[in-house]
Amino acid sequence: MDYSQFLNMPAELSLLAVIVILFVADLFMCGDGKKGVYNTCLPVVLLAIHTVLNLCPSCQGCGEAFGGMYLHTPMMSIVKSVLAIGTIITFLMAHQWLSREENLIKQGEFYLITLFTLLGMYFMISSGHFIMFFIGLETASIPMAALVAYDKHRYESAEAGAKFILLALFSAALLLYGISLIYGATGTLYFGDIAERLTVGSPLALLGLLLFITGMGFKISLVPFHLWTADTYEGAPTVVTGFLSVISKGSAAFVLFTVLIKVFGAAQLVVAWDHAFMWIIIASITIANLFAIRQKNLKRFMAFSAISQAGYLVLGVMDGTAQGMTALVFYLLVYMVANLGAFAVLTVVEQNTGKVGMDDYNGLYQSNPKLSFLMTLCLFSLAGIPPFAGFFSKFFIFMAAFKAGWVWLVFIALVNTVISLYYYLLIVKAMYIIPNDSPLPTFKSDCWTRTALFICVAGVIILGLCGVAYNYIDGFAYGLDSLCCGACDAVQGCCK
Amino acid sequence: MNFLSIFVLIPLLMLFGLWVARNLNQVRGVMVAGSTALLALAVYLTFTFIADRKVISADEAPMLYTACFDWFPALNIKYSVGVDGISVAMLLLSAIIVFTGTFASWQLKPLTKEYFLWFTLLSMGVFGFFISVDMFAMFMFYEIALIPMYLLIGVWGSGKKEYSAMKLTLMLMGGSAFLMCGIFGIYYGTGAATMNIVDIANHTGGAHAFEEGSLQNLWFVFTFAGFGVLGAMFPFHTWSPDGHASAPTAVSMLHAGVLMKLGGYGCFRIAMYLMPEAANELGWIFLILTGISVVYGAFSACVQTDLKYINAYSSVSHCGLVLFAILMMNQVACTGAILQMLSHGLMTALFFALIGMIYGRTHTRDVRELAGLMKIMPFLAVCYVIAGLANLGLPGLSGFIAEMTIFVGSFSNTGAFYTTLTIIACTSIVITAVYILRLVGKILYGVCTNEHHLALTDATWDERFSVVCLILCVAGLGIAPWWVSDMIGTGVHPIITILDSAKEFLYVPF
Repeated sequence: MDYSQFLNMPAELSLLAVIVILFVADLFMCGDGKKGVYNTCLPVVLLAIHTVLNLCPSCQGCGEAFGGMYLHTPMMSIVKSVLAIGTIITFLMAHQWLSREENLIKQGEFYLITLFTLLGMYFMISSGHFIMFFIGLETASIPMAALVAYDKHRYESAEAGAKFILLALFSAALLLYGISLIYGATGTLYFGDIAERLTVGSPLALLGLLLFITGMGFKISLVPFHLWTADTYEGAPTVVTGFLSVISKGSAAFVLFTVLIKVFGAAQLVVAWDHAFMWIIIASITIANLFAIRQKNLKRFMAFSAISQAGYLVLGVMDGTAQGMTALVFYLLVYMVANLGAFAVLTVVEQNTGKVGMDDYNGLYQSNPKLSFLMTLCLFSLAGIPPFAGFFSKFFIFMAAFKAGWVWLVFIALVNTVISLYYYLLIVKAMYIIPNDSPLPTFKSDCWTRTALFICVAGVIILGLCGVAYNYIDGFAYGLDSLCCGACDAVQGCCK
Repeated sequence: MNFLSIFVLIPLLMLFGLWVARNLNQVRGVMVAGSTALLALAVYLTFTFIADRKVISADEAPMLYTACFDWFPALNIKYSVGVDGISVAMLLLSAIIVFTGTFASWQLKPLTKEYFLWFTLLSMGVFGFFISVDMFAMFMFYEIALIPMYLLIGVWGSGKKEYSAMKLTLMLMGGSAFLMCGIFGIYYGTGAATMNIVDIANHTGGAHAFEEGSLQNLWFVFTFAGFGVLGAMFPFHTWSPDGHASAPTAVSMLHAGVLMKLGGYGCFRIAMYLMPEAANELGWIFLILTGISVVYGAFSACVQTDLKYINAYSSVSHCGLVLFAILMMNQVACTGAILQMLSHGLMTALFFALIGMIYGRTHTRDVRELAGLMKIMPFLAVCYVIAGLANLGLPGLSGFIAEMTIFVGSFSNTGAFYTTLTIIACTSIVITAVYILRLVGKILYGVCTNEHHLALTDATWDERFSVVCLILCVAGLGIAPWWVSDMIGTGVHPIITILDSAKEFLYVPF
C-alpha cells in the first residue's frame, strides 16, 4: 500500500490530529476556576491553525486516495474551511454555556464530539464512493444526537436527542436502500462509474435518486422532511442548535450538489431532480415562512427560518453549473455568519437570563443597545437587506436559478423574501419599538462571545461589499457545464 | 477615485462620525458638516456639469464623469458611476432635502444619535442610487434607502406607527421583489451580459436590444410596477398616506421629497430606457393607472381631515403626474416630469416641514381643531400659504413651471387617447386648488377656537432656516427654470431618441 496517498487528505489528517491532541489534553485539564479558560482556548486555537493550514495554497491541489473512494478538489477544501470557521465560532459561543457548573465536568466531550461530527462531514464532502459517503454521513449524524441531548438533565434536551436519532436513522435507512438500488442498477458504487453505467430512464435509478433526495432532504431539513426540526432545535442547547442549523445543513447541501451533478448528471435525470427540487423548494420556503410567523419561542422561530433558508440554499442546485455552485457556497458562507451571529445573541441572552421567548426581547434596546444592534444586523442579513452580505448571497443564488430558466420559481422565492422580512422585522420591532417597563436586565457578555459576535458581524458587513470572497470561490467552482476544475480533471475522471 | 463616489463617501464618514460622537452637540456637528459638504458638492457638480455639457453633447456621451470598478467579474457586475442631466438634478434635490431635513429634526428626541444614523444611511442609499449606472449597484442602493424607513417610522413616528412602518416596508419590498425579477430578465434577456445601463441601451444600437422570446413585455411590467410602488402609482399607493402620516417630520420630508422620486427615476431610467419596445406597446396600461392616481389622489386629499394625510394624497396625485408625463414619451413632457420631481420634492418637503412644526406646537394635525394660526404664528402661516400656492401651481413658483411643461407636452401627442387622458389629468389642477385654498382658509384664517393655541410661539431659528432655504429653492425654480430645464433636457434627449426608435410598436387603445 502506498502510504503517501494519505498526504492527499491533509484536511482530515490535521483535524484528526487536533482531535487526538484535545483528547490527550482533556485528561490533564481541570475544569474549575481560571484554568477553565484554557479549555476553550486550546480547541479554538488548534482549529484555527487547522483552518489556516487548510486554506494555504499547498493544500489546494487535487488528489485522491484509496483508489478513488476519497476525492479532493480545491472547492472542497474551501467548503471544509467554511465549516471549520463556523465550528470555531460555535466554540467561542459555547464558552459561557460550558462554564456552567453542570457542564464543567463534560466540557472536553463537547469539543471532541463536535469535531468528530466535523470530521464526518469532511469525509462526506470528499467522498467518491457511496460507502464512503454513507460512513461520513453517519459519522456526522450519530455524534450529533449526543450533542443535541447534551443537557441531559433537561427533559426537552433528552427528548430532542431521541427524536433526532430516530429520524436520522430512519432517513439513513432510506438512503441506504436507495444506494442499494443504485448498486443493483449499475453494479458499482464509485460515483464516476455510476454516472457512466446508469441506464437513463431505468426505474431503479429513478427510485434510487428519489431515496437519495429523501435522505439528504432530512439532513438539510427540507419540507416535507422537516418535521423533526422545530422540536429538535427547541430542545437542543442553543449553541448546538446554531451548529445544527448551519454546519450540518451546509455540508449536506454542498454534498447534495456535488453528488447530483456527478452521479445523476445525465440529461434526463437532471430533468427529474430539477422538478423534484422545484416543488421541494417552493414547499420549504413557503411553509416554513408561514409557520415562522406564528412562533413565539425564538429557537423554534429560528428553526423555521432555517428551513426556509435551506430552501434558498438549495436554489443553487437548480442551476447545476459552476455559477450555481459558487452561489451555493457563497450563500452558505454568508448564511453561516449571519445565523451564528443571531444564535450568539440568543445564547448570551439565554445564559444570562434564561429567556428565549420573543416577548422577552421587548425593549431589549433600552437595556442592551449593542447586543440589539448586532442582532438587527444579523437579522437584516438573513432577510437579504443590503448593504449586508445576505443581500448579495440572495441576489446571486436567484440569479443562478434565473439563468437556468426557473423564472417563476425565482419569483415565488422573491415574494417569500418579503414574508421572511416580515417575521425578521417582528424581532426588530420587539427590540426597538414595543415599549416595555421592565426589559431584560443589562448584562455584559464575556470576551469569547464578543469575539464570536465580532467575527460574525464583520463577515456580515464585509463579505458582500468586498467581492473578494465570491470571486475567490468562483475561481474553483465546477458544475454540469464544467465538471473538471482546471488542473485536476485527470484525478476526477470526469472529463468528457 | 471618481469624484461622484464622494456622494457615498461623505455619508459613510458621517456614519462613522455619528458612531463615535459622544454627545448631542457632536452629533449635530457631524450632521451639519456632512450635509453642508453634500450640498456644496451637489452645487459644484451642477455647475461643472452644465459647463462640461456645453463641450460634450449628450449624443456623444450620455453619461459624464463615468468610472468603472470591477466588483464581481464572474457575473460582469461592476461598480459604475456616471451622471446625466436628470441625475444631477436629482442629486441637487437630495442634497437640499437632506440639508434642510437635518435642521428640521434639530430638536428631535429621544435617541437622537440613532435617529441620525438611520437618517444618514437612508441618504447614502439615495445618493448612491442617483450616481449609479449599474443596475446591481442601483438596486442595492435602492434597498439601502428603503429599510431605514422601518425604524425611522417605527421608533420615532407618531400615531399607528407600527402598522404604518410595517405596511410601508413590506409593500416597498414587495415592489423590489418584482424589480429584482425584472433586472434578471433584462440581464439575461438582452444577451449583453452586463448590468451597465448605458451598455445595455447601446447593445444593438438602441431598440431591439432584446433577443427573441425574452419576454420583454413581462420584464417591463415587473420593472415599471416595481418602481411604480415607490412612485405611489395607483393601486400600489396605499403605503404612502399611512407612512407619511406616521413618520417624523424630517423623514416625511426625505420620503416625499426624495424617496418617491427614486420610483419615477427608476421607471424612466430602467423600465423605459432599456425596454423601449415594451414601453411603446404597454405604456397605455400604465398611462391609465397613473391617470387614475392623479385624479384619485387629488379627490382623496379633498376629504381628509389630517394635515399629513392631505399632503400625502396630494403627493400621490403629483407623483402620479410624474409617471404620467414620462409615459407620454416626448421631450417636452419628460422634461416636465423631471421638473415636477424637483418641484414636488422641494414643495412637499416644505409642506411636511411646516406641518411638523405646527404639529410640534399644537399637538394636533386635525383640520377641525385648528383655526386662526395666522395671528399666533405668522411666520409659519405665511410660509404655509406659499407652500400651498406652489402646490396648486401659481406662476412664479415651481409648481406652475412643471405642470405647464407637462401638460404642454402631453397635449402635443396626437390621438384621442392621449388628449382624453390629458384633459382628465388637467382637472387635478382645479381639485388641488380646492383643497389647498379650503385648507388655508380653515386653519390659518378665522378665529382661533382653542385657547391653548393662543399661547404658542412662532418658529425657532433652526426651523426658520430650513423653511427659508426651501422657499428660496421653490421660488428660484419658479422664476428662473431655464438653466435647470436645459440641463434636464440634455439628459432626457437620449432616452427619447431610443423610445422614438421603437415607435413601430406603439399601441393605443383608441
